[in-house]
Amino acid sequence: MSEQDVDKSRRRFLTAATTVVGAIGAGAAVVPFIGSMLPSARALSAGAPVEVDISKLEPGRRLVIAWRKKPVWVVHRTKQNLDDLAKLEDKLADIDSNSSDQPAYAKNKYRSIKPEYLVVVGICTHLGCSPQYRPDVGNVGFDSNWLGGFFCPCHGSKFDLAGRVYAGVPAPINLVIPPYMYKNNDKVVVIGEDGGVA
Amino acid sequence: MTTKAQAFMGWVDARFPMTKMWEDHMAKYYAPKNFNFWYFFGSLALLILVIQIVTGIFLTMNYKPDASLAFASVEYIMRDVNFGWLIRYMHSTGASAFFVVVYLHMYRGLMYGSFKQPRELIWLFGMLIYLALMAEAFMGYLLPWGQMSYWGAQVIVNLFAAVPWVGESLSVWIRGDYVVSDATLNRFFAFHVIAVPFILAGLVVAHIIALHEVGSNNPDGVEIKKTKGADGIPLDGIPFHPYYSVKDIVGVVVFLMFFAAVLFFAPELGGWFLEKDNFIPANPLKTPAHIVPLWYFTPFYAILRAIPPIWESQFPGVIAMGMAIVFLFFLPWLDRHPVKSMRYREPIFKVNMFIFIVSFIVLGYLGTQPSTGILSELAFRFTELYFAFFIFLWIYSAQRSAKYYITSLVVLVGTVVLLDILRGGDAEKVAMMFKTGLIPVVCFAILLVIPVMFKSSTQTKAVPERVTG
Repeated sequence: MSEQDVDKSRRRFLTAATTVVGAIGAGAAVVPFIGSMLPSARALSAGAPVEVDISKLEPGRRLVIAWRKKPVWVVHRTKQNLDDLAKLEDKLADIDSNSSDQPAYAKNKYRSIKPEYLVVVGICTHLGCSPQYRPDVGNVGFDSNWLGGFFCPCHGSKFDLAGRVYAGVPAPINLVIPPYMYKNNDKVVVIGEDGGVA
Repeated sequence: MTTKAQAFMGWVDARFPMTKMWEDHMAKYYAPKNFNFWYFFGSLALLILVIQIVTGIFLTMNYKPDASLAFASVEYIMRDVNFGWLIRYMHSTGASAFFVVVYLHMYRGLMYGSFKQPRELIWLFGMLIYLALMAEAFMGYLLPWGQMSYWGAQVIVNLFAAVPWVGESLSVWIRGDYVVSDATLNRFFAFHVIAVPFILAGLVVAHIIALHEVGSNNPDGVEIKKTKGADGIPLDGIPFHPYYSVKDIVGVVVFLMFFAAVLFFAPELGGWFLEKDNFIPANPLKTPAHIVPLWYFTPFYAILRAIPPIWESQFPGVIAMGMAIVFLFFLPWLDRHPVKSMRYREPIFKVNMFIFIVSFIVLGYLGTQPSTGILSELAFRFTELYFAFFIFLWIYSAQRSAKYYITSLVVLVGTVVLLDILRGGDAEKVAMMFKTGLIPVVCFAILLVIPVMFKSSTQTKAVPERVTG
């Protein structure tokens, strides 16, 4: 075939079309690999609810339970704790939990179903460390007038005993309240299930 | 004496460019004759890469990438495997040594302008190596499945969650689960052992090919290829082999003395090379009281923490940390001064360099400390200085008018003030801002007023035609 017989525009079109089809094919081949890195079916199904007996949890004490591999805390707040919550309001970033994550039944000033029991995911909303439970009050090092709450050692975020975040710390929103409910005459808390209330 | 050996080489060379490669990269690669101490670190980095790969292979023979077995398998290597402790400590010490050597190697490039035209690609390949190395180190650190492994990974992976809109899905995709778990450990193992080492090796080859194409820079920043003898060989060049291969062996011996000293007498180096909390198995329910990345990440970690959240988002801090590395990539296009070596650069340039090195070290220290009060405020100030370094490189790229310097000063100080106003805070914080604000303001004033007052501070020295010494 001599040079004159070559239809250049046809050849260009075929080259471009082949390249585009090839690129789409190569792109499609990436999908299963990227997809394989998403949580597997087993990881997705590992979110079963957990039950915890709180009848022996004394006032001022905390229980740590693993739910979906995350720490969940149940804190038995004292009368004093509950009274102190109101005193903190001018220091908090999201007092009414409007930008925060909780079921509707926990969107109240105690962020709980029953005022004395706080059920909260113990993961800082900043970068995912687990804050320390600091029920001590007064000058505690990171705060000169501490009224009890949670302190994240990683980046200094502070939360009150309702898991509400202080203003001016790295954490953007309040600690997350998981779905939960009571059963067995309120002696047992079920975390991860609320009977479809929320 | 056409020996059998020569005949054999002839047979090979007809089929594979063995002799040609040997000559191009060793026996007839002409390097400047004035290399100094700082030129040891390239070959040392290569040595450490080999150490890491070899020890890594032997560690995988006994390591188990499984959340329930990993910690115990590392302890098994340490206690029961023959020489396991030695191989493991070689690997962990090698990781830190890698960064020591790479930081010094990069500093050499900074001092002698080795990133400048025509060596931009060498620098870019080098920066990619640095990036791959950080990924390699980070993922490797998860494998022992200790407390620091776990919570360090938790914090860093959560950084990706700060990306607007897609962040949450992105971090889940990286972990393969909603928290750092067995899936995360297993994939980090795959990346650490196969994917990243392959990329690293490829980049190292590209780095060296680009270097040997252009030719090495030297402490004088003089292009030796400009002055060639009648034979076409640079007059100031000497063959890499045997001259520098032998010189580098001396460097290797001295390096190995230090390496062995750490390895045998202080493998944890007081918590700097292996953190104490990592001897506790990972516990997803309890964060250690004080999370610190290993020392080579702390300057960037300090920058991350220094930037306050904006609109309830941690993203600005993540961006700042990323930019701290991205700016380094652009060095060849930021510093446009024709003189390469610091030896002949203007005095004020050296002041800028000094402030940068101090800032990097101070940030590195602050990254190991709790981010509270004055320390967090200082981290912000030294972050400002860190970034200002790149702006000053641009400013010093040419002779500027007095007006230019003063305008720059006003703009820079204005930026510092504006950032402080945006950050705001209570009375205590504002008082702290005023005090620490002096650090960047005084530095900027020195760097911009001295050039106006003393013309000599911006005078470069004459660059010689040929290398010295």
